Amino acid sequence: MEEYSEKVMEHFFNPRNVGEIESPDGVGEVGNPRCGDIMRMYIKVKDNRIEEIKFKTFGCGAAVATSSMVTEMVKGKTLDEALKITNRAVAEALDGLPPLKMHCSNLAEEGVKAAIEDYRKKNEKKM
Amino acid sequence: MDKIIYLDSAATTKTSPEVLDSMLPYLKDSFGNPSSIYSIARESKRAIEKAREQVADALNCNINEIYFTSGGTESDNWAIKGIAFANEKKGKHIITTSIEHHAVLHTCEYLEKYGFKITYLPVKSNGIIDIETLKKEIRDDTILISVMFANNEIGSIQPIKEIGDLAKEKDIYFHTDAVQAIGKIPIDVEELHIDLLSLSAHKFHGPKGVGVLYLRNGVNISEMLHGGGQEKKKRAGTENVAGIVGLGEAIHLATKKVEKRNKKIIKLREYLIDEILERIPDTILNGDREKRLPGNVNVCFKYIEGESILLMLDIKKICASSGSACTSGSLEPSHVLLALGLKHELAHGSLRLTLSEHTTKEEIDYVLEVLPIIVDKLRGMSPLINQKK
Repeated sequence: MEEYSEKVMEHFFNPRNVGEIESPDGVGEVGNPRCGDIMRMYIKVKDNRIEEIKFKTFGCGAAVATSSMVTEMVKGKTLDEALKITNRAVAEALDGLPPLKMHCSNLAEEGVKAAIEDYRKKNEKKM
Repeated sequence: MDKIIYLDSAATTKTSPEVLDSMLPYLKDSFGNPSSIYSIARESKRAIEKAREQVADALNCNINEIYFTSGGTESDNWAIKGIAFANEKKGKHIITTSIEHHAVLHTCEYLEKYGFKITYLPVKSNGIIDIETLKKEIRDDTILISVMFANNEIGSIQPIKEIGDLAKEKDIYFHTDAVQAIGKIPIDVEELHIDLLSLSAHKFHGPKGVGVLYLRNGVNISEMLHGGGQEKKKRAGTENVAGIVGLGEAIHLATKKVEKRNKKIIKLREYLIDEILERIPDTILNGDREKRLPGNVNVCFKYIEGESILLMLDIKKICASSGSACTSGSLEPSHVLLALGLKHELAHGSLRLTLSEHTTKEEIDYVLEVLPIIVDKLRGMSPLINQKK
């Protein structure tokens, strides 16, 4: 099997921002249990910025590490900035992923997008 | 624990010191080509013939029914393709099972491209085929039945004697992939009516890269490799002398005192299974509890994924394996677990621990100490479980 980078392993063993947020402003769930990957992102938004973000992930080492890394990358960013973070950027921040695991980084990007979309949808209704 | 706890004996085993010692002369001074005529060449030739006797003894067959190959995969490929192409005028139907090793399954899929019809028998939820279903699937043009002796993932043991009897009665060739069974279950090819049998040395403390196809005299099969006259012109190529010698020594050691060794391994296995099921909730055992390889434990932990379990076991120096998609390099979890009727998300959470005669109670206790903590940690991260805190 192809090896993970040290950074992937570090994030896998000490994931940042694991858990749930009580009464979150947005929740996004991506992935599919069939494929063995599900990521759920919770966000708290203040002044259009991601004030808090937490995740729960069912998946392999890469899925957990990319979840952890993406939460670090988007925390404190404006929503528009957060939406610009690509899967490639997440993978690069982890010093790369084995080719077969690149789809895990897609989930990280999509998870954040889904949470922001959910937040925006809820807020549209409020307005 | 300081040392590595190796619980992946179904993947491979450590070459035993006696086996290594038996091989070394043929990697040093006794390097002669067995096909040549001078003294060091004759030594090589004699060594191969001794190994052939050791294998024949272990299987209760004639020495001229043993063919050395590069391992289990080659033996499976040869058995199935060799029978198919040599007997296609008689029929183009082959029966196998849905839980075979890929060396059998992918070979059968390959044959489908050449017009062969393959029946993949389902298994019951315990991983064992139904002999009545097999009977019903036999047709006039069935030329081969290939059913593995015991499964590599879940350890389930098939009713080989009944299949052998049936195949003999219907005059159909019977091949069994016995890679996992050799050295764990006594095998007598006469009593079981086996016509072809695959085995691989590294699964029973022999070296990697060497195996055997047992081929009953009179079976009509095409050659595996064309070239020189080795292995009665059926499998050409200069022999892997040291490997063959190691295989002979290893099979001799492995088939000695099987019962006594099994008793010890089964006791540890039962303890491990009982304690895992006791200590970790939402866990299921895969495969049959009784008709199971002595050293096989295969469980699914709900809500978590196998590769993550393996990575966490690895830092605790425990070597194990899983049927999750992430460990197989595809998006699908193990075909064996799916064949048992498990849901995908459950199959992704599988863990296989395979014990050997070297496994100790201390090692098992250590695994039982760390495994519940690992499962808890991963479940704490899982979105599939609703934790109300």
